[in-house]
Amino acid sequence: MIEAKNLEKRFGKQLVFKDVNFKINDGEFISLVGHNGSGKTTLVKILMGLEKKSGGDILIDKKQTIGYVPQFRNIDLDYPLDIEQFVRLNLKWKLSPEKRRKDNELVNEILEKTHLTELKNRPLGLASGGEKQKAYLAQSLLNDPKVLILDESTASLDVEVKMQLMDLVQELNKRFKLTVIFITHDYELSKKYTKRALFFENKTIKPISINDVSEDMFELGGR
Amino acid sequence: MFGYEFMREAFIASTFIAITAGIVGVFVVSRNMSFLSHTLSEIGFAGASFGVLIGISPLAGMILFTMVSSVAVGSLSAESSRREASISTISSLFIGLGILFLSLSSQSSSYATNILFGSIVGISAKEVQQLMILAIVVIVIILVFYKSLAFDSFDHIGARAAGLKTRFLSVAFLITLALSVSIGSQIVGSMLVFVLLTLPGATARYLVHSVPKLIMVSVGLSLAGVWLGLYLAFVTNWPVTFFISSFEVIVYFMGLSYKNWKLNH
Repeated sequence: MIEAKNLEKRFGKQLVFKDVNFKINDGEFISLVGHNGSGKTTLVKILMGLEKKSGGDILIDKKQTIGYVPQFRNIDLDYPLDIEQFVRLNLKWKLSPEKRRKDNELVNEILEKTHLTELKNRPLGLASGGEKQKAYLAQSLLNDPKVLILDESTASLDVEVKMQLMDLVQELNKRFKLTVIFITHDYELSKKYTKRALFFENKTIKPISINDVSEDMFELGGR
Repeated sequence: MFGYEFMREAFIASTFIAITAGIVGVFVVSRNMSFLSHTLSEIGFAGASFGVLIGISPLAGMILFTMVSSVAVGSLSAESSRREASISTISSLFIGLGILFLSLSSQSSSYATNILFGSIVGISAKEVQQLMILAIVVIVIILVFYKSLAFDSFDHIGARAAGLKTRFLSVAFLITLALSVSIGSQIVGSMLVFVLLTLPGATARYLVHSVPKLIMVSVGLSLAGVWLGLYLAFVTNWPVTFFISSFEVIVYFMGLSYKNWKLNH
């Protein structure tokens, strides 16, 4: 479980958010919703320990590894690694043949889970947008995370491909009780796949039911 | 050709240079640091003439200058958008200094051309030994950080998301790059050391799709280039650099054509 108690964050004098209280249960699929600059990425960074809180508390079980799927990556047409090798970047160096064999099994299992087995030898540079997102997802699953954070992973995809990716995430969420935190500006997807949202507004964050979200909460601009 | 001692020394030295440059080159290309490696070779030239001026060895001068400046460029250009400008700035400064040091020291200009364009006759047994030690240092550093360096170089954003210390890796890599430039300059010359540090690594990207294979192909192409270059330079008495760079350029275009051919078939 992840719990925030009176969490507060400032950059110098500038307040990002304060009086933040919420709980995210294990195996929950939750949206992070709010305008650009409202602090969604900052909250994620605090969760991951990349940014320090300014006050209050955030409680996360230490054993809960977090997998983060970033929004942008620089993969051009000439990018040389194939999908399997790209996923394997997230493995540690192991000397013992036994451990290496286990790693290979793990990689195969994750490629299978993310429906990438058939595509594993395709150079990532030549893969489609949806295939790339699946590869990013697969790579972050290698650490066996209990919490998965998707940072607008569906932003640049066609509607159909978006749904496929989200179906996959939902499957992982249900089968493996993976907690999924979905940062998004997509009203439809948020409604379809999540039951609750953390709404970033007026320098604070409120948990709300997905029935209470409205389309204007998902707009990009403004504060 | 191995009847001559200087050719034997040159052969051993260039073999070590090719292996180091081949390995480091894979990371140079994937980290988009081709321009920086070119600049470091110019800085190496300034360092060498500084070494001559104050009476230490040119290699020591080179290592000193390339290390200081690569770390300087690295910290100036944490934002990649500022990298080009900061590299240009630092290289302008050092090229100027290099020319100043050279004119202040009493060495003839042929010495400068050796530093700039390389020479196969200039290497002593002692220098070969130094090169071997430095090459081994570079290879050991790369081996120690291999996994994290590969992750950071081929997926910087993913590596940061996975919590790797990318800042530290970047500095460690810049140091190995500086060392490799200093080593490479001994044979192919500082102006063209970047040929070995960029082209084999870039060509490999068109041929294979995993990091270990990229390294193997890059080292292979690098070795083929220097060996062939040495042989042809020995036979024709033309500059070794000319042959090495021509070979690597031709192979690069062959690799590019192969990739395009494969895309259409």
